[in-house]
Amino acid sequence: MGKTLFENIWDRHVVETAPDPGGGAPPLAGSATGGTVLLYIDRHLVHEVTSPQAFEGLRLAGRRVRRPELTIATMDHNVPTDDRAVIRDPISKTQIEALARNCAQFHITLYDLRSDRQGIVHIIGPELGLTLPGTTIVCGDSHTSTHGAFGTLAFGIGTSEVEHVLATQCLRQQRPKTFKVEFAGRLRPPVTSKDMILKLIGAIGTAGGTGYVLEYCGEAVRALSMEARMTICNMSIEAGARAGMIAPDDTTFQYLAAGNRPFAPKGEAFERAVAFWRTLPSDQGARYDRELTIDAAQIAPQVTWGTNPGMVTDVTGRVPEPDRVPGYSRKDVEQALAYMGLTPGTPLTELPIDVVFIGSCTNARIEDLRAAAKILKGRRVSPKVTALVVPGSQQVRRQAEAEGLDQVFVSAGCEWRQSGCSMCLGMNPDQLKPGERCASTSNRNFEGRQGKGGRTHLVSPQMAAAAAVAGHFVDIRTWAGAD
Amino acid sequence: MDAFKTHRGILATLDRANVDTDQIIPKQFLKSITRTGFGEQLFYDWRYLADGRPNPDFELNAPRFRGASILAARHNFGCGSSREHAVWAIRQYGFRAVIAPRFADIFRTNSMKNGLLTVELSDAEVEEIFRMAGRYAGLEATVDLEHQRLVLHLPEEIAFHFEIDPAVKEHLIRGLDDIGLTLQREGAITRFESRHDPQWPGAHR
Repeated sequence: MGKTLFENIWDRHVVETAPDPGGGAPPLAGSATGGTVLLYIDRHLVHEVTSPQAFEGLRLAGRRVRRPELTIATMDHNVPTDDRAVIRDPISKTQIEALARNCAQFHITLYDLRSDRQGIVHIIGPELGLTLPGTTIVCGDSHTSTHGAFGTLAFGIGTSEVEHVLATQCLRQQRPKTFKVEFAGRLRPPVTSKDMILKLIGAIGTAGGTGYVLEYCGEAVRALSMEARMTICNMSIEAGARAGMIAPDDTTFQYLAAGNRPFAPKGEAFERAVAFWRTLPSDQGARYDRELTIDAAQIAPQVTWGTNPGMVTDVTGRVPEPDRVPGYSRKDVEQALAYMGLTPGTPLTELPIDVVFIGSCTNARIEDLRAAAKILKGRRVSPKVTALVVPGSQQVRRQAEAEGLDQVFVSAGCEWRQSGCSMCLGMNPDQLKPGERCASTSNRNFEGRQGKGGRTHLVSPQMAAAAAVAGHFVDIRTWAGAD
Repeated sequence: MDAFKTHRGILATLDRANVDTDQIIPKQFLKSITRTGFGEQLFYDWRYLADGRPNPDFELNAPRFRGASILAARHNFGCGSSREHAVWAIRQYGFRAVIAPRFADIFRTNSMKNGLLTVELSDAEVEEIFRMAGRYAGLEATVDLEHQRLVLHLPEEIAFHFEIDPAVKEHLIRGLDDIGLTLQREGAITRFESRHDPQWPGAHR
């Protein structure tokens, strides 16, 4: 029987299938997928928020980092995006300094705020060539699923597991199930991969992928750039799946062959690697535990209306009636609408927007900024709207400036910032005020996510840029020159 | 890690689906570099009013749930961010077990690592528990991990059987230190590394 992409990678990384003979647990009875294995981790990405307690754990137990050269750190969640030289919040400053101290003590490479490669951890991993097909990557962050776009098994972990990987370079894992998501047909620009993933989450719900690794395939996925593939994989966790993957192909190899990726193989090593990477995709006839096909040609621009990413509909839709949302109880929807300050029946295009956030590990790569700039070029942000453009990394920022995108944003009235997680979760000073309504290219519209009382609508970069100009949502398909 | 064998305590209910870890512990508390002090911050935005007083409308603030140590919740509890601070906050508030029809994957793993038992029951069973907790103020329950049983201490006791992965059960009952156990597999890890190049897998063959 053929193997899936996931199985091809998982099987190569199993150190032991029953790590505790004698004292340990037997395989999960009656389960084809069960049993704890010791899984080898090729890359461990670390940031300032979920690591300090892990390093402290190592110190208390007198343990070392087993493979410091496989561990790479950056600071992204807390960092200011205006003046990086001054971190006004003393608690944020302490956490950032703790990471620097821990990396120095345990000999871990750190891309700090002075580095020209600093950025959101899931944006710099691929940029640096750390994210390679066939590898396993973990990070104490749920959006680690982003790296799956390269045919990588990548998933988020908690701080105890961060400590476990630091100490052992392994994780104890149960084998997840596999879920094939095929996007058949062709996407119709200016509909984007953000709309594809929001459509999927709307279809299967925020727990639809729980227990699974998703594999995205089909004509519409094959046609996507690496940036667009990363957007899809990034939000796998919003469907409940720890990991999402896309088989590597020539698009992947071209991305990795580009210059300025210091950790990627070069020359002959690259050729050998490509030959191996070509063996990774799922075999014809490989079996999945679950399969779903979505017609990409039918996908419209998506806008979330509620307080989780599964509460989403087409931009042409209306705020739903509480008793007419499949998968949610009346009470769930009423709570969401009350928080969001929405009235059932209101067309989404009539919602006035206060803030636009273009950024985050979902949509702050160069292609996202180009798409937003295309909408904003020669136009002005509505006087009622504050618009923030936050590049995902210093490299994205430099590239955007080389292309003159920063001038487009500034001329349109947007704020052009330094790289970081910023208003995606508001751990730094970039936050919504209570009641503010935001069109955001980020990944979570949870209550208070972007600031206590803030109201988040998730959209693509094009949709966010158009909303900034119009002051309300618009169907980007009707926007002149949008595709 | 704290072992979990059996626990009896007051059962509280939280009647919301898809409770994400941003609600369990909001972002401003993730800046801490220690593992303690999160109990006061559990469900912060729901639990406290703007002036810092307890929000009387939030379920866990109800007098009948005072001192509760078992939490019954709804579908997809713990979704979203991987922050383990969410589990630390639940434990430090005083909960030893959470019951729900389904938990998010990362939350479930984080719970196991901290001696917090996640009990998965069917929608109908959880509904029954909510009904009983609504009817009997101060309802107590016992979670018996050894026998995989949850008992509601009503005038006429109701018991539920729950499934749990044997490896997770073993770890919780014995309070095992995962890192210590894995470090004992040093030989196997080193042997694996001798045939696996993590830098560029496949590029050297």
